[in-house]
Amino acid sequence: MESKKITEKRKLKLAIGLGSTCSGCDIAILDLGVKLLELIDLADIVYWPTAFDFKHSDLKELGDKEIDITLYHGTIRTTEHEEIAHILRKKSKVLIAFGSCSCFGGIPGLCNLTDKQQIFNTVYGENLSVANKENIFPEEKLLINKNKYITLPHLFDTGKTLKQLVEVDYFIPGCPPPMPLIEGIIPLMKDVLGDAQLPEKGTVFGSAKTLCDECPLKRENKIISKIVSPTITANIDPDRCLLEQGILCMGPVTRGGCGAKCINVLMPCRGCMGPSLETEDQGVKMISAIASILGAENEENLTDRQIEDMQSGIKDIIGTFYRFTLPDALLNKKVKERR
Amino acid sequence: MFEPKILGFCCNWCAYAGADLAGINRNQYPPNIRMIRVMCSGTIDPLYIVKAFKGGADGVFIGGCHPGDCHYQSGNYKTQRRIVLLKRAISEIGLDPRRIRLEWVSAAEGQRFARVITEFTEEIRKLGPNPLKLSGVENGI
Repeated sequence: MESKKITEKRKLKLAIGLGSTCSGCDIAILDLGVKLLELIDLADIVYWPTAFDFKHSDLKELGDKEIDITLYHGTIRTTEHEEIAHILRKKSKVLIAFGSCSCFGGIPGLCNLTDKQQIFNTVYGENLSVANKENIFPEEKLLINKNKYITLPHLFDTGKTLKQLVEVDYFIPGCPPPMPLIEGIIPLMKDVLGDAQLPEKGTVFGSAKTLCDECPLKRENKIISKIVSPTITANIDPDRCLLEQGILCMGPVTRGGCGAKCINVLMPCRGCMGPSLETEDQGVKMISAIASILGAENEENLTDRQIEDMQSGIKDIIGTFYRFTLPDALLNKKVKERR
Repeated sequence: MFEPKILGFCCNWCAYAGADLAGINRNQYPPNIRMIRVMCSGTIDPLYIVKAFKGGADGVFIGGCHPGDCHYQSGNYKTQRRIVLLKRAISEIGLDPRRIRLEWVSAAEGQRFARVITEFTEEIRKLGPNPLKLSGVENGI
């Protein structure tokens, strides 16, 4: 009798959809460990192609708003991703952008610095390891019979965030999202189940402050004289601010809430948690921050040329400062001057 | 003919006073610049400049005090370093770095202000319209 009661308890329906992703976010969900049992106890998984054999048709059979919570991870790169995102929005009560890719574009979002044709040229032609004498490039459509085609999804020139496509309820940033934030889904699920007050729409999970706020390292000076590579680990002082030692760390403009995991092993922050609450555009703010402190001790005597030399330690500005947020940035796509 | 839209940020103590002097002296310069007075060139966040381009400006002019003359001692040095880095960043995204121009103009240089603005307007006219206006950059599509 007792066990029957438990099975009759209302369970949530949980879907996990994906776009262009490395599936690290799926692994992060599995990393819940014992808590995964709690999650399974609260919800039935109705769609999760990475873990189970779900087809598109399984998703299409569900009714509107039938799914209670959906986690979507990955950048939107193809028409298939776009379609899945639209279907999931229609069929879910709460849609959560899970991981940096769906929140801000993530690493695949750096494709905005190039376009489809250039990517194809490199991958199927110019790469030294490629032998493609016949110039064979992938086609989206292939005639197999008289009138029968098989098709592949269309690849877009740019990557998009989930927010640019559909309405998103909550954001869980991180690459992958840190464990405390993933665990935060369980109380959220209980709230949905108990019809309790949910967080405000558009809430970003994580700290409202920057990473520097929770960073354990000490900061003494405000100025740095040169940029050094983070791979030179020999002379790093483990107690002092990495930025102060000349290592590019995105801490000042990045949202906290990850527990400074990278900093604790003396790796600089790469900015995967996205811009902090007060930051509008992560990269531009970082340009402002770095330029203000770099070379400040001798600032009266610097010419433009000397400043350029000093800043040459920053090799790839867009790739470094917008590593996870390019599609969400103000200038989010490569443009061409007329001449 | 293409008439460029130029947004100007001028510091209260030098460049803006220089622009005032150009007006009093009746120095002629093209009407393409729309000027915003700021207290110091050091207050100009690179975000303002990026937003100006995003909003359709063809060029952005920043006027500050000559080195050593900053009313707040070091604001103009910080601007200089920020602009050098920002120019590199916008050229990585495909915009011509010549669309940003930083000049030192003192309160006594009305004539120089008029000359600099004339030069900059002509340079932007040659570069043509801001490519961000032409592409559908809005939604990243």
